[in-house]
Amino acid sequence: MKKSVVKRAPPVRQLPKCPTGIQGLDEITGGGLPRGRPTLVCGSAGCGKTLLAAEFLVRGAAMFGEPGVLMSFEETEGELKANVSSLGFDLDGLVRRKKILIDYVHLERSELQESGDYDLEGLFVRLGYAIDSIGAKRVVLDTLEALFACIPNEAILRAELRRLFRWLKDKGVTAVITAERGSGERGREQLTRHGLEEYVSDCVILLDHRVCDQIATRHLRVVKYRGALHGTNEFPFLIGETGISVLPITSLGLNHRISNERIATGIPRLDAMLGGRGFFRGSSILLTGTPGTGKTIVAANFAQAAALRGERVLFFSFEESPNQIVRNMQSIGLRLEPLLAKGLLRFHSARPSLYGLEMHLATMFKEIAAFKPHVVVIDPITSLMDAGTGSESKGMVTRLIDYLKAGQVTSLFTSLTQGGHALQQSEAAMSSLMDSWLLLQDYEGNGERNRVLYVLKARGMAHSNQIREFLISDQGIDLVDAYIGPSGVLTGSARVAQEDLERAAGLASQQEAAQLQRAVERKRAALERQIGGLREDYETEALELRRIAEQVGTQTRLLTTERAASGILRQADAKVVAGPRAARARPGRPRVK
Amino acid sequence: MTPAKTAQVEKWQLRLYVNDQSPRSGIALANLKEFCETHLKGRYHIRVIDLRKHPKLAKGDQILAIPTVVRLLPKPVRVLIGNLSDTERALVGLDLRLAGKPE
Repeated sequence: MKKSVVKRAPPVRQLPKCPTGIQGLDEITGGGLPRGRPTLVCGSAGCGKTLLAAEFLVRGAAMFGEPGVLMSFEETEGELKANVSSLGFDLDGLVRRKKILIDYVHLERSELQESGDYDLEGLFVRLGYAIDSIGAKRVVLDTLEALFACIPNEAILRAELRRLFRWLKDKGVTAVITAERGSGERGREQLTRHGLEEYVSDCVILLDHRVCDQIATRHLRVVKYRGALHGTNEFPFLIGETGISVLPITSLGLNHRISNERIATGIPRLDAMLGGRGFFRGSSILLTGTPGTGKTIVAANFAQAAALRGERVLFFSFEESPNQIVRNMQSIGLRLEPLLAKGLLRFHSARPSLYGLEMHLATMFKEIAAFKPHVVVIDPITSLMDAGTGSESKGMVTRLIDYLKAGQVTSLFTSLTQGGHALQQSEAAMSSLMDSWLLLQDYEGNGERNRVLYVLKARGMAHSNQIREFLISDQGIDLVDAYIGPSGVLTGSARVAQEDLERAAGLASQQEAAQLQRAVERKRAALERQIGGLREDYETEALELRRIAEQVGTQTRLLTTERAASGILRQADAKVVAGPRAARARPGRPRVK
Repeated sequence: MTPAKTAQVEKWQLRLYVNDQSPRSGIALANLKEFCETHLKGRYHIRVIDLRKHPKLAKGDQILAIPTVVRLLPKPVRVLIGNLSDTERALVGLDLRLAGKPE
């Protein structure tokens, strides 16, 4: 500890910090607890004080090479080891390697009598010996307030506590002191039951296990951190398999690896709507819909398609049992059973009300870590969110999405809405976290309900803006172009009727056209006939004319020869004009023209 | 009373945990010796332990306060903390009254 005192010597602007190694806590506190100073962790029973303190020690010893002393006033060494090892810490091993020393202080009020003046030098000696024997840099006192129950003289105790904290600072150890939350009327103002906060003034962390709407969630808040910036909000935290995990939403990173690979949805028409190739791998997909619009079916299709490609699929179901899903999907031609048997598909079913949100998330993290799926389906996310309240649920979902994205896991969330467009807006909060958003909707009309699907958003890809009718048959899902006419979108039988109507109209106009064509044909034929007749007339007339002309010619010739002959006979010398006479002699036919 | 009887037979084993640097410890030892001389003459044994010299014992004997008197024998074990300046409470705490009565 002397070393750390030396380390503190150079004047730095930022207080030296002692990293806890606890997921999220270091981010909130800007690097950890104040080094070389005591920190008070207070909270009511069962909110994880001891665990936080123990994790601080264990991680310090395992990750930062800082040995620690755990002085316990409540739990024996054996109990502590058992409790902590259930959370994945090898406390036993650390104790054996002298990285951690557990000192159980046995306190029994009934065995203790007092007479006259005394001090708690025994505790100091004991703690000092423990610190020196392993060269501890971290100390946990859990919970110091147990002393109040067994030391009869509170005045002495308080004086000694003040001395203890001073002494801890002088030792240069980073200490965590746990204390029970004060209750009763003064509970609001008092952080600890016995007012320990007045001695520990450098850093105070308040833990809280609150029940809201019958759902318990743990919260952590840094009430005070002298000389350092810190997150002041209340942060939900969960106690999982790997210890405490505080979830500061604000510190979520946005630097996941991303993939350009696309994965098919299992519904070819839907792939076509999504630029022809489906979703991006590692993206998050939200599928919203009113009850009975086929969310689970789309999800199951997606799961099946992925499993058929040989990917592992983890299906979290919060409404149906695995067997029920398998049976129901069989009715539309999805065979999930062989995939289950092959181990490519795994179901995890739990009632949302089974436990609180944090616990759900912890189990989900655990399942995901164990199964290492490529695709995760959560059906539906809304019932999971009901397990928490408002913003904290959103925070948890953010965390989940973040976790999945970091692992390149494609996630599909179904979300139940209660119908109506206004609800799209309420989903907006969650949808902003999602990369793609499909909407399934019911269209009511003509005494029937029909399902339609459209793509509300799909980040990073060209996608269809069209509404498709969503058909579920025993062969599976099909998407059909919905009829969009002047009277709006028509679906189902209305669409079929409209199509029939159009087909009939088409047929009628076809027939009409044929009729018209025939009439024209006829007219043309008649005209041609007429033309033929006229031409015949003309030709006959022309023939007649030629004949007459010939006749006239012949007659004239004859007449001329005749006249010439008679002239010769009469010795006439005058020229004879045959023309007009001949014409007058033969009156022509009446002209048709 | 049986405990008193057995107490008459066996020797009292007392341990006093002190911090030699503290004046309180001197007072405690003086007080304890006085009580024993009054009530248990010749039937007691006091072992004084300086915790600063034997810090290990703080854990082994579960000592928090200084000074602390532990009555190992007769059974049951009794623990008394303080400099024993409150005679009445000290005698009750160590059950010295009963032990002393027969004298």
